[in-house]
Amino acid sequence: MTTTIAAQAAEHLPNRRRRTLFWIGAAAAVVLGVVVAGTLSADAAQTTALADRNLGPSAAHPFGTDWLGRDVLARALAGLRLSLLVGTSAALISAAIAVVLACAAVVFGGVVDRIVSWLVDAFLALPHLVLLILLAFALGGGTHAVVIAVAVTHWPTLTRVLRGQARQVMASDYVAVARGLGRSSWAIASTHLARHVLGHVVVGTVLLFPHAILHEAALSFLGLGVDPAEPSIGVLLAESMRYLTAGAWWLALLPGLCLLIVVKLVDTIGENARALVDPRSVHL
Amino acid sequence: MSPVRVISAVGGRVLRLALLLATVAVASFVLMVNSPVDPVSAYVGADVAVIGPEQRALIAERWGLDDPPLERFGAWLGNLLQGDLGHSLTFNQPVTEVIAQRFLTSLALMSAAWLLSGLIGFALGVLAGVQRGRAADRVVTWWAYTLASAPTFWVGLLLLYVFSVWLGWTPVCCAVPVGVTADEVGLLDRIHHLLLPAVTLSIVGVAPVVLHTRHAVVEALESDYVAFARAQGESTAGVVLHRVLRNAAAPALLLQFSSWGELFGGSVLAEQVFSYPGLGAATTAAALGQDVPLLLGIALFTTVFVFVGNAIGDLVHAQVDPRIRRVGASWRSRGRATAEEVA
Repeated sequence: MTTTIAAQAAEHLPNRRRRTLFWIGAAAAVVLGVVVAGTLSADAAQTTALADRNLGPSAAHPFGTDWLGRDVLARALAGLRLSLLVGTSAALISAAIAVVLACAAVVFGGVVDRIVSWLVDAFLALPHLVLLILLAFALGGGTHAVVIAVAVTHWPTLTRVLRGQARQVMASDYVAVARGLGRSSWAIASTHLARHVLGHVVVGTVLLFPHAILHEAALSFLGLGVDPAEPSIGVLLAESMRYLTAGAWWLALLPGLCLLIVVKLVDTIGENARALVDPRSVHL
Repeated sequence: MSPVRVISAVGGRVLRLALLLATVAVASFVLMVNSPVDPVSAYVGADVAVIGPEQRALIAERWGLDDPPLERFGAWLGNLLQGDLGHSLTFNQPVTEVIAQRFLTSLALMSAAWLLSGLIGFALGVLAGVQRGRAADRVVTWWAYTLASAPTFWVGLLLLYVFSVWLGWTPVCCAVPVGVTADEVGLLDRIHHLLLPAVTLSIVGVAPVVLHTRHAVVEALESDYVAFARAQGESTAGVVLHRVLRNAAAPALLLQFSSWGELFGGSVLAEQVFSYPGLGAATTAAALGQDVPLLLGIALFTTVFVFVGNAIGDLVHAQVDPRIRRVGASWRSRGRATAEEVA
C-alpha cells in the first residue's frame, strides 16, 4: 500500500536523477525508523507473559508471541536494530581497510601491491562462513566476537574493485599530463584519484552492508554468534526451529521477512547510489 | 601441448596451493593458540568441575600445552605432513576419517544443489536476457535480486514448514530414515531426504548465475555477429541456439565453479536447518564443541576444496571460450594456433 503511494509520488518527479534520490531518501528513512523502533522496543522484547504463550498473529501481537509469551514484533525490531548496528560497523571498518589497502597497493606498487593481492587471495581462500566461524571461535564467541569477525572479513572484494579503479585512473592520460607538469604524487592522489574513487567507495560500503547483516544472522542462527539471550534475527530463527513442527509458522516467517525487507532496502540505497555514481551500469 | 609446459603449469598451481595452505595453517593456528578457550576444559567437558589441578597439569603435559607455541606448531605441522590431522573429540574419531565420511554425505547434497542452481539459473538467465525489458525479464531479475537478499536458513525453514510440517511430503530431518540400519536404506529414501536441503541450497546459488547469464546474453545479442546473423535471416531461436548459448555458458560455468566456497557456506546452514549429517553440520558441531583439531582440519580441507573449484573453473572456462587462452598463463595455452598467432 505505502509502496504504491510512494511509487506514484516518484512518478511525478521531473527526472530520473530526482527519482533515484527520492528512493534513496525513502529507503534510508525506513531503515532509520527501524533503528528507532528497535531501540524503543528493547524492553518489550524481553518482557515475558506466560499466559500468552505461542499465540498466532493478532491485533495485540501482529507477529504473534513465542513460547515465553514475548512479543515477536518487538523482538524482531530489536533484532533488526542489532543487525543494522553490526552491518554499519562492519561496512565502515571493512571499507576503511579496503581503501587503505587499495590506495597503498596503487600508490606504492611493486612489493606492496603483491602483498595486498596475496592478502586478498588468502582471505578468499576459505569459504567466508568457515572463516567467520574460525574467527568468532578464536575471539571467544559472543556479540563482540561476531561484530569483529564480520567487520574484518568483508574487505577483500571491495579492495579488488577499488584497486582496479585506482589503477585505471593512475594509467589515464590526464594523470600522465599532471605528472609531466610536475605535480606531486600527493596532489595527483587528492585531486584525481580521491575524487574518482570516492563514489565507488560509498557505493561499495553500502553494498557491503547486506552481506554483513546476513552473515551476522547466519552465525547467530548456528549458535556461534550473538549471546542467545539477546534478541537477534538469527537467534529468533534458531529458536523458531523448535516450535516449527508444532505449527508455529509465525516465529520463522515474519522475523525472516523483516530481515529480507531491510536487506532489500539497503540494497536499494546502494544500487540507486551506484546509478548516480556510475550511470553506465544502469543500462545493462 | 609440450610436456615441459604441462609440468610447469601443474607445478605452478601446486605451488600456489601449497603457499595458500601454509598461510591458512599458520593463520588458523595463531588464532587457535590465542583463543580464550581453555583446551583442557574443552577436552574434559562437563566433568571439568570434578578434576583437580594435578590432573589438569597432567593432561596439559601429555598434550604439550605448556610448550612454547612455535614448538607446538612444529609438532602439529609434522603430524600434518604425515597426513595426521589429529583426533576429533566431538566425534571421537581421527579428523581425517570424520572429514572423509562427512564430506561424502555433503557431496551428495552439494552436487545436487550445484547442478540444480546451475541449470535453473542458466535457463532463467537466458530467458531474461532474450526477453530483456519485458515482463519475464522483470520478474526473473526481481526474483533473483530478492533471493540474493534472503538468508539461506530462512528459506530452508519456510520450505521445511510448508513441505514437511504442513503438507507432510518430505521428512523433517536427517539424511536417512530414523531407526533403520544403513544397509536397509534404499536410494529412493536417500533422495527423498536429500530433496528439500538440496532445493534450499540451490535457491540461494541461483541468483548470481541468473544475473551473470542475463548480462552475457544481452551482450551477445547486441554484438555485430548477431546483427549479421539476423540480417541473413536467422530466427531468434536460431541466434540464441547457435551464437548466444556458448558465449553465455562461459561466464556461468566460471561462476558456478568459483562459487564452491559459497556452496559450502550454504551447506553449513542448510545442514543445520535439516539436521543433515554432512561436513557443514560437523563444522558447526566442531565450533560449538570447541573441537580445535577438527576445526583446523576443516579449514585446510575447505581451502583445498575452494582452490580445486577455481582451478576447474579456469580450465573449463578456457575450454568453452578460446579467447581466454591467449591471455591465460602458459598452462592454459594449447598446441594449436591461438587467436594471437593467427592475427
